Amino acid sequence: MRNLLSYTPGKFHEMKFYSMVDHANISATPLIEEHRSLHAKLAPFGGWMMPIQYTGIIEEHLWTRKHAGLFDICHMGEFLIEADLSKSNLERLVTIDLKGMSVFSCRYGFMLNEEGGIIDDLLIYRVSDTRWMAVVNAATIVGDESHIRKHLTGSTRFENVSGILGKLDLQGPEAGAVLTGLAGADIGKLRYYNFGYFDLLGEKIIISRTGYTGELGYELYMPNQKITQLWKKILLDDRVRPVGLGARDTLRLEMGYSLYGQDIDAGTSPLEAGLEQFVDWNKYFIGREALLKQKREGLSRRMIYFMANSRRSPRHNYQIFHKAEDVGTVTSGSFSPSLGCGIGMGYVSGEIAPDEDILLSDNAISISAKVADKPFYKDGSAKF
Amino acid sequence: MNIPDNLLYTKDHEWVKIEGDNSTIGITDYAQNALGDITFIDLPKVGSIIKRSGRCATVESVKAASDVYAPLTGEITKANAELASHPELVNKSAYESGWFAQIKAADLSEKSKLMTAAQYKEYVQGLSK
Repeated sequence: MRNLLSYTPGKFHEMKFYSMVDHANISATPLIEEHRSLHAKLAPFGGWMMPIQYTGIIEEHLWTRKHAGLFDICHMGEFLIEADLSKSNLERLVTIDLKGMSVFSCRYGFMLNEEGGIIDDLLIYRVSDTRWMAVVNAATIVGDESHIRKHLTGSTRFENVSGILGKLDLQGPEAGAVLTGLAGADIGKLRYYNFGYFDLLGEKIIISRTGYTGELGYELYMPNQKITQLWKKILLDDRVRPVGLGARDTLRLEMGYSLYGQDIDAGTSPLEAGLEQFVDWNKYFIGREALLKQKREGLSRRMIYFMANSRRSPRHNYQIFHKAEDVGTVTSGSFSPSLGCGIGMGYVSGEIAPDEDILLSDNAISISAKVADKPFYKDGSAKF
Repeated sequence: MNIPDNLLYTKDHEWVKIEGDNSTIGITDYAQNALGDITFIDLPKVGSIIKRSGRCATVESVKAASDVYAPLTGEITKANAELASHPELVNKSAYESGWFAQIKAADLSEKSKLMTAAQYKEYVQGLSK
């Protein structure tokens, strides 16, 4: 077997094992020593050395679906913005309605370029009438910051706190019970896509009921100095196990969630990606004209989801064939630990009806599959 | 790292156990560990001829598909049918129940191109530096 040490699909194709990496350009998560002591396999992701797996992707995946998984998400970026919506350009920067958001709620949306391409997908938190937190992808922190700074007007304040704020995700049907024990009964009152301030380890920290797995789950924002303490404290609970980015990828793919840089990027639009529900047409935002034009002229490609008829897994960049015609490309593909078959998503030209047969292939491998609906995994506990 | 003394090895992390006319092949403990959870194995068909260093099987893990190369030239006499429903056997037991196939080697002098356990061990240690 050759090229054993590099993960091939998608973003993972850039991955090499720790010993093979140019460390000068890679940041280490503040939890790196914890991961080493847990014997994690480490690899760079989005410019960060991150844990890919501890005991095994399938085991960690299934544990999260049944109990609770703890994820180190310190690589992601956080921006604090102070902006009066009536006087700033903040609304122009995102596709979702900000003025309609209540304080202590979060929304998922996009920052677009003038061509309607996705600069980043992000989560916006309304902290007060005029204060906001944006949570962005690791690899896009620098570009996002310069894009936002370019458009914000003088009176708004912007601070990139990515370097001082750590983030842990606790996900799984038992996450609520675990966190209630640590942060109090009010955790149970948090509704999906809402957040609050909770006392933990002597800090008042933001905890939101959000996630990337389809399970009941929380994202915890803790200053870096105390992130190790928080990590260790949560892991003391027998219901919780550490889960790496490998299982994070299979969990999100089973839900049909897009991964920035792989399924969506500056060259794809939210309409092509099938994510129009996160675009508010009743407001102005950068990229709106381009999206309207796409709507008028019709989309040249759109995202489909598919399930293999076997345990074989489609991979990033496999071609998609429908009725012997090359119609598109796989953006994400993997084995689904919950369903026991290959699953994936990708862009195709034209429309293909659900249940239609397709073929996914590279030079040597050919996998038969059926067009499916997302989510692939339908028993997630996220919205209970 | 488990590297049994009685086997021969390739640089591509396949092993072979030669017993008279019959040789059993598989992938090493190092390989299964690097791949992680194995989810599917495409094995060569009984009766097919494989050529030394030619592609003879495909292993899929959660994160990647990888090719397996034949350690010897020969004819496939048996394939491990258990792996179709239990590919994880390769993770659990790479040298025993996770064997891939048996071959009737065409030219056992090809043995000289393979590594001993001691050589393979040194080779693998060099890779992780």
